[in-house]
Amino acid sequence: MQNKEAIVIGGGPAGLTAAFELLQAGASVCLIDRNERLGGQLTKQTHMFFGSEKQYASHRGIDILEILTNALGKYGNKLEILTQTTVVGMYRDKVLACVKGDKFFKLKGEKIVFATGASEKALPFENNDLPGVYAAGAVQTLMNEYGIKPGEKVLMVGSGNIGLIVSYQLMQAGVEVVGLVEAADRIGGYLVHASKIKRLGVDILTKTSVKRAIGKESVEAAEIWDLDEQWQGIEGTERTLEVDTICVAVGLAPLTELLQQMGVKVQYVREFGGNVPVLDENYQTSVEGVYACGDLVNIEEASSAMVEGRIAGINAARSLGYDVENADFRIKALHHELKDLRGGPPGDKVRKGLKKLGVAT
Amino acid sequence: MRIKEHPILELAEKPPIPFYFNGKKLYGIEGDTIASALHANGVKKLSESIHLKRPRGFYCAIGNCASCNMVVDGEPNVRTCITPLKEGMRVENQQGKGHIHAK
Amino acid sequence: MIEKDGVPSLNQVKAEFPTLETLEKPKAIIECYKRIPCNPCETSCPFDAITVGEDINDRPRIDFDKCTGCGICVYNCPGLAITVSQIKGEEVHLKIPYEFTPLPEKGKRVNVMNRSGEVITQGTVTKVQAGKKQNKTALIHLSIPKEYVYEAITIEVSHGS
Ligand SMILES: Cc1cc2nc3c(=O)[nH]c(=O)nc-3n(C[C@H](O)[C@H](O)[C@H](O)COP(=O)(O)OP(=O)(O)OC[C@H]3O[C@@H](n4cnc5c(N)ncnc54)[C@H](O)[C@@H]3O)c2cc1C
Ligand code: SF4
Ligand code: SF4
Ligand code: FES
Repeated sequence: MQNKEAIVIGGGPAGLTAAFELLQAGASVCLIDRNERLGGQLTKQTHMFFGSEKQYASHRGIDILEILTNALGKYGNKLEILTQTTVVGMYRDKVLACVKGDKFFKLKGEKIVFATGASEKALPFENNDLPGVYAAGAVQTLMNEYGIKPGEKVLMVGSGNIGLIVSYQLMQAGVEVVGLVEAADRIGGYLVHASKIKRLGVDILTKTSVKRAIGKESVEAAEIWDLDEQWQGIEGTERTLEVDTICVAVGLAPLTELLQQMGVKVQYVREFGGNVPVLDENYQTSVEGVYACGDLVNIEEASSAMVEGRIAGINAARSLGYDVENADFRIKALHHELKDLRGGPPGDKVRKGLKKLGVAT
Repeated sequence: MRIKEHPILELAEKPPIPFYFNGKKLYGIEGDTIASALHANGVKKLSESIHLKRPRGFYCAIGNCASCNMVVDGEPNVRTCITPLKEGMRVENQQGKGHIHAK
Repeated sequence: MIEKDGVPSLNQVKAEFPTLETLEKPKAIIECYKRIPCNPCETSCPFDAITVGEDINDRPRIDFDKCTGCGICVYNCPGLAITVSQIKGEEVHLKIPYEFTPLPEKGKRVNVMNRSGEVITQGTVTKVQAGKKQNKTALIHLSIPKEYVYEAITIEVSHGS
């Protein structure tokens, strides 16, 4: 078993900034990601991001990824990157079980930063296992990483930012978005994203959902229906849309199973879609030396994930005994950044969730 | 079903990679996974569910859900959405838990 | 209603416009109707015409006296929520952000759409800016009949073949 000073699990925006702060402070870092490429969600985001200059707003997600990975470049000798490596198990003494291809090995970290992000939720409806029913992330992977259209005519399910943005990305790839259905009575994501697809002709139908997928070997059509106040389908309102793809974008759930194996205290927070780790203000979990940040902690944005990654990274470096320049000042400023980002209506849910966790906002 | 033109992404032409799907010769391109190459060829059904024999395609495309399991070069339960395509690979639909095609 | 279908009301739209007299010079029309944590419009404007301010969630406000209609904010806004509008005689000159291929060519007649995604008229492409600065969000200049000043918002995407 190999010993490491600091291990960062997950190479999305949160993991990349955590690794950067650790390296800048002087620590050695082992960065692990199960994908071939680093970047997490950023590898698929072709649109410009919100936020302020501090979080690289107005840059496209794929370009922010380049900025973050370039920043790691100068620490080459202290940084070990293990891609296509999945952490499959955790033990209490900060030992990780890893799998790369057919190799299995263990690593022990003095400090561990978790930034494993979230997984997509599924939606129950008749025939939701038919080929052609895909998670939004899968559609993005196919289009933006492999350059392949998921189909020719798509029904989007869910009007959060992901559903809205992936609809736009589908149109950019030359795919027709036949419509977007949303169970709630209003659009969940940013209205600017909604207006952007609506003016290009995509109908957004609130209080509407998918009843079933139709098709033999793969999706040939989708049946949608209106929902009542209790979110139940109303008989007699069924309509059939001719589509070959149903794209499901109904939310994310944090990937906390590994943390739980390690004995980290978690709490169910509805606002964050499931169990999330209980944290102190340093983004340290209930297990000393184990930190968590990003979508794993609360389903939010890359902007806040990057800030959280920095806070976790600086704190982990400090607890390793490194002198971080202006640490107190920087951490205060970073907390301030988070507060700013979460200050408006889109931050309501996050603030509510954090309150339940006992985190001051 | 490959995207020919994209406003943001640069899609460079890549060399083709021949492979076999249920004995039929198809082409993917460099950088493809098995599932992406099949999808580009219009193949959406990758496996059949264990009990009810319902058709299954990929779902998550990141190796999480096992919905894309296929038999590759005789080996069952290969997660094709994250397995890079290689020249000459023999890929077959998996039926049930993955006993090898009688063929 | 914008919260339900993504379409702002005519009153909402008009509230973002200056007077038609002011519009004889090109002015940015910002349609960012909900508070979100975002401010590239403010930071990208070289003339300090847009203010989001201390709270990054506040809605952007524009000072039409300072706005020159340059269009820089149009391709820097991640929400693609800004256009530039100018009335010239019987026509409106519009600058819109556009992220589709192929780009329309100068001189081309294109279908112009309203905020509900309906084709309302035809317009002529008068210029296409798609350089490094625009970074893949092209700035398309259009000329359309004046009566559509409050309605026209984008052009129909044509995917070539
Ligand atoms: C369609 C879409 C649009 C978005 N638009 C915006 C936007 O405009 N602005 C914005 O700020 N945010 C946006 N986001 C959100 C943003 O992408 C996420 O909030 C952000 O990526 C979260 O970062 P993260 O580092 O926590 O997780 P992720 O980016 O999900 O990264 C997690 C990483 O961990 C790895 N991993 C997970 N488990 C393991 C394991 N067991 N072993 C090894 N590695 C593992 C994964 O492979 C992944 O690379 C968008 C998201 C989507 C899906
Ligand atoms: S058009 Fe130019 S001057 Fe006017 S607000 Fe936008 S960037 Fe500023
Ligand atoms: S940059 Fe665009 S989306 Fe962001 S606040 Fe300004 S107008 Fe709104
Ligand atoms: S599609 Fe989910 S594992 Fe391959």
